[in-house]
Amino acid sequence: MANKLNLEVVTPTKLVVSEQVDLCTVPGTEGVFGVMANHAPILATIAIGEMHYENDGKQEKMAVSGGFVEVSNNRMTVLAEAAERMEEIDVDRALKAKERAERRLQEAASGREDIDIARAKAALARALTRLKVAGKM
Amino acid sequence: MASLKDIKLKIQGIKKTEQITKAMNMVAAAKFRGAQERMEEFRPYASKFATVMGQLSGTANPNAFPLMEQREVKNSLLLVVTSDRGLCGAFNANIINASEKFLDSKKEKGIGVSVGCIGKKGSQYFTKRDYEVPINITDCMAKVEMVNARQAGQEIIHLFLEGKVDEVHLIYGRFINVVTQKPTINKLLPISASGLGESGGEKEEKEGPKATYIYEPAPEEILDKLMPMYINVQIMAAMLETVASEQAARMTAMDNATRACGDMIHELTLAFNKARQASITAELMDIVGGAEALKG
Repeated sequence: MANKLNLEVVTPTKLVVSEQVDLCTVPGTEGVFGVMANHAPILATIAIGEMHYENDGKQEKMAVSGGFVEVSNNRMTVLAEAAERMEEIDVDRALKAKERAERRLQEAASGREDIDIARAKAALARALTRLKVAGKM
Repeated sequence: MASLKDIKLKIQGIKKTEQITKAMNMVAAAKFRGAQERMEEFRPYASKFATVMGQLSGTANPNAFPLMEQREVKNSLLLVVTSDRGLCGAFNANIINASEKFLDSKKEKGIGVSVGCIGKKGSQYFTKRDYEVPINITDCMAKVEMVNARQAGQEIIHLFLEGKVDEVHLIYGRFINVVTQKPTINKLLPISASGLGESGGEKEEKEGPKATYIYEPAPEEILDKLMPMYINVQIMAAMLETVASEQAARMTAMDNATRACGDMIHELTLAFNKARQASITAELMDIVGGAEALKG
């Protein structure tokens, strides 16, 4: 037990994960980093991307978007705006979101000015991550 | 006196109303449980967020952030969170009255006011009157989503950074318990350093000695990213509380209505029986009178 990390993934709607893990990798805004037991306290923001965690050789994948992660006293808390496990991902919705975002980016490139490019890009990144985690790409 | 038939019809009508109010009461009770659950599920998120914000604000220089900038207040925005639907007693009216009072107090000081609305009831009220309503989000209370909170958050941050408003307050129906809901006003912008870590949820217990954190990126940058999210979190919390309050208020209102229906039915049944008695007596008198007359 002593060499495990207590991982919690919290989103506005629910506590997604509360488990003992050996290793957890999160997409920090400054780059992906992994956390194991007895890690020094850290506070970092996370980007849209894939998150992994591993327990007794069993790996789990999740899609997370926006938030931060805090590690202290062998407790790791990931606060994300959204976090979904592989099997929870709505592939159809992600596909639609991807198409919509791509269309918007194209329209923006061809001169429409009322489009929020940053937002469309973020939507595209979210959709792509979801699809990747779900194994549909 | 109303005729027997009239009374009967009235009783039937009220019985139907009673059925409806009873059903609404039960629906509200079921929805309330859901809303309360969501509110409770959101709490760990909000409280964690508040703790981290509190921690960070201690390490960073507050003057460096545009969202913390204290300006002379010329324009004030009030974000009013109400429900989308009525029939929940004085719930929305209470929020609107409290908003009016707040806006009047601002106007007295010569401060320009505008209103942001989340929820249809507030929007209906304020758009019909002489108010500027730059933010208007409706039909979102049936299923509260972070998207709506984020939209509202982005818009107010935009207004604030453009200098169109100098402060933003938030009013919502705070859930105290099933019978009490209180319109509550919180300041959203500018974010004050002292207010961080206090609002947005219960304070988490401090665990052991404070650890020195590794920050990635620098604390200022983290704060810069988290501040807009913090606003969203507060709006989201307010929306969730309002939904729970709304359902609780509706439960109470519908319970009262059902009871009032019961009382009315009781009274009308008495009147009906009295009227029936009277008509029977009158008929008997007629018959007896007729028989007497025949006897001659």
